[in-house]
Amino acid sequence: MQTHSAKRVEITIEAVMQSRLTDALKQAGVSGYTVLPVLGGSGRSGDWTRAGEIGRASGMVQVVCILRPERLSVVLERAFAVVEKHIGLVTVSDCDVIRAERF
Amino acid sequence: MTEIFALAGQNLLSPIILSFALGLAAALARSDLSVPEAAAKALSIYLLFAIGFKGGVAVAAHGVDLTLALSLLAGFVLSALLPLVAFGLLRAMTGLSALDAAAIAAHYGSISIVTFVAASSVLDSGGIGYEGYMVAVAAAMEAPAILSALWLISRSGGSDGARRMDRDLWREILLNGSIVLLVGAFAIGWATGEDGLAEISSFIVSPFKGVLCLFLLDMGLVAGRGLRQSAGLLQMRVLAFGILMPLVGCVFGLAAGMLLGLSTGGVALLMVLSASASYIAVPAAMRVALPEANPALSLTLSLGVTFPFNLTLGIPLYVAMARAATGG
Repeated sequence: MQTHSAKRVEITIEAVMQSRLTDALKQAGVSGYTVLPVLGGSGRSGDWTRAGEIGRASGMVQVVCILRPERLSVVLERAFAVVEKHIGLVTVSDCDVIRAERF
Repeated sequence: MTEIFALAGQNLLSPIILSFALGLAAALARSDLSVPEAAAKALSIYLLFAIGFKGGVAVAAHGVDLTLALSLLAGFVLSALLPLVAFGLLRAMTGLSALDAAAIAAHYGSISIVTFVAASSVLDSGGIGYEGYMVAVAAAMEAPAILSALWLISRSGGSDGARRMDRDLWREILLNGSIVLLVGAFAIGWATGEDGLAEISSFIVSPFKGVLCLFLLDMGLVAGRGLRQSAGLLQMRVLAFGILMPLVGCVFGLAAGMLLGLSTGGVALLMVLSASASYIAVPAAMRVALPEANPALSLTLSLGVTFPFNLTLGIPLYVAMARAATGG
């Protein structure tokens, strides 16, 4: 089957910043994204877990989007403006998609 | 003094406090006991609805007077003022940066609704009456502290506080889920009165303390995990602030309550509100507005130090002080 090269951007960020990040992605022309819950983890800011938490302050989410390679730079610039000062992680990896017209 | 010890002893042996202690001990001992996030949220929704509804019913029964409006105003002023006091104390007592001090100060100007619920429960058990509208005062005290903290940052040479407050943050603060539920349930209770309460009392009155026990078990687990993970992060002087600030805050609450002419229970609740620190609404707002501040400091201090202090020793102390001051 014919596949097409694309970029997969995964941004793990504080839950309180989720809507600001997805707004920035939309403004950068991202056609779609997926938000995943993150159960817990450990990093420079210490260990954390979602268990029993009732507020959003200490939670994290992961936002995943697939892009055409030529859109990567503008999307990262917009996303970085939101995540720069916050706890989180941004990774970019290569992937293949079947329906390129959707991205 | 004897009364304080008697109340404290009675309070410490209540199922509510023992549930909190169980959660705290389990987390510190690294037990795998945990309350799922969704269950914890459901418990908090139940408690906020119940306390808001019952407050509204009490106002419907006793009517509205000028004291209600003045109490709301007093709550607003206390919430805006206490961060200034907390900031001054933190800067004098600890070596924390202005940013961390302002973020912590915002937590101490705002309130802990769980501490308020626990105090209401103690007052109910002791047959001490209080104004039902204190729930509305609690809601009024959630947000002003955040604005004071941002003003402190502007004044301390940090970036402009106004720039940190975008439209989304305003909406998140003012329409925070806890505030909407608390005020909404209060309005429903006020509108439906005793008849409304009679219809749902088997749901929101009888199981209330049992649900509160489970919720405090979860709070104990969260506080214990926070303390374990932040061991070594909090200096002794910062820890001391976590005990000193509620004692300072309660005096402001006592003075305001006496000026307003509240009942003994009302004064005690205003003291509790002034002495408590937020760990739900303010931490989220601070992560957006002051992301450079260390969240582990403020959360561990408010949830791991001040909350247990208020729950175990603070509430009996505030009730005894209110009784002594009002002669109730």
